[in-house]
Amino acid sequence: MNLLVRLRPLGFIVLLLAAWHVAVNRQAVHLLPDPLQVAGGFVELIQRGLLLKYVVASLFRVTWGFCLAAIIAIPAGLAIGWHRRLEMALNPFLQILRPISPLAWIPISILWFGVGDVAAIFLIFLASLLPLTLTAINAVEGIPAVYVNAGRNFGLSPVRLVYSVLYPAVIPRLILGLRITLGIAWLVVVAAEMIAVNSGLGFLIVDARNAGNRYDLVVAGMVSIGLIGLLLDMGMRSLESVRAFRWGYSED
Amino acid sequence: MQASTAKKAIDAKLRAKGIGMSFKRDGNTTAVLENIDLDVGEGEFLCLLGPSGCGKSTLLNIVAGFLEPTSGTVMIDGESVKGPDARRIFVFQERGVFPWLTVEGNVGFGLFRLTRAERETRIAHYIKLVGLQGFEKAYPQELSGGMKQRLEVARALAVKPDMLFLDEPFGALDSITRLIMRGELLRIWEAERKTIVFVTHDIEEAVQLADRVVVMSTRPARIQKIVEIDIPHPRDISSPRYLELRDGIFEEIGLAHKI
Repeated sequence: MNLLVRLRPLGFIVLLLAAWHVAVNRQAVHLLPDPLQVAGGFVELIQRGLLLKYVVASLFRVTWGFCLAAIIAIPAGLAIGWHRRLEMALNPFLQILRPISPLAWIPISILWFGVGDVAAIFLIFLASLLPLTLTAINAVEGIPAVYVNAGRNFGLSPVRLVYSVLYPAVIPRLILGLRITLGIAWLVVVAAEMIAVNSGLGFLIVDARNAGNRYDLVVAGMVSIGLIGLLLDMGMRSLESVRAFRWGYSED
Repeated sequence: MQASTAKKAIDAKLRAKGIGMSFKRDGNTTAVLENIDLDVGEGEFLCLLGPSGCGKSTLLNIVAGFLEPTSGTVMIDGESVKGPDARRIFVFQERGVFPWLTVEGNVGFGLFRLTRAERETRIAHYIKLVGLQGFEKAYPQELSGGMKQRLEVARALAVKPDMLFLDEPFGALDSITRLIMRGELLRIWEAERKTIVFVTHDIEEAVQLADRVVVMSTRPARIQKIVEIDIPHPRDISSPRYLELRDGIFEEIGLAHKI
């Protein structure tokens, strides 16, 4: 019974693939490649050694952009959240930056870094920076006063208060923010690769269309993006079940 | 315990003089406390009793150093209180335990100055004292409300403070657990002889626990009366003296003892 429930999402996907196959092949004009053609596209990409190469290229950019943003945004956000006056001063500026799509920065990042890896990494960095900063600010503000008071009561030095109370208290919310932001970063890398570079899954999609309307490869690229996005999310989500963090996600 | 009552006036552990507190909100000033003078003796168990929102918690936060009073001074052991201090631990309702630490981690939280061996002995001792053996590796979310409360008391006692401030510590517990916890607290108090200031709005609780009950008026709170509970522990809660003292406080607060 349990196994059956677990297999349900898989069954649904199989059903959709079948429907897709039938629908495409009933039409004279093919608006989409059918699933078998896409599978053929996958085989071709693997044989040419491109799939792994492109996946690695995309993950490389995301890793750099995302990690650089995390290294800067988390300490900065924690500091801003801790000092209310700093937050009041900076908040309007952050709120103005927020509605600007990371993709709007494409011309400027090409201007600064030229066409290439650095421009793409910079875009991911920018896309991750603001959500992570805001997450960290909110995480600090959400710490119940009792924890900080208890920490002070036991005579903790400021440094010790940060790493024994502040830091563990914000971890669950930070993980949630990192998870959401990683999703954003993955969205942006694909878009960035469509413009600024000549490798990666985003490049694959644009290139397959430009080089002879290979829509089987386009869809194969899309499916790869979806699957890797799912894996990234599952990876981040597994952090939420760590025993020392789990308290932050319970209903209680 | 009876002996300590006589000495109280001479060497007070805590001496609050002329404490006043008012909060400003939306341009209005609300007076919460007015001219409170209070002495707490060494090793005494003192209850602050008053209706909800009367300001007794504010008073506790002031003597613990978390809030600065608008007027007046608090002296403990002859020094004026400037802020919270590890010699005096404040016990919040069970919400105060750190959810990211295990039972052991919580009890050891304030022991960072000790060596590892000392710390482990101390942790084991206080886990045993509050009856949490077998739960050393458990996280607070796996514990019941009463266990979390005992954990917080253990964390406070582990640093060997002189004083404990307890702010309605059993308020969130069910009535059976609350009774058990009162017994536990008295047992621990008799073993460790800390000076305790205990805030409650429960008259029975105050009369069962305290050496003296400080009855506070409604806002702005003043000390309305101090009632000495001259019954030795363990107290018979159906004895005539107990009922007399309890009913006296009911009357003092202006509640007819009938529903």
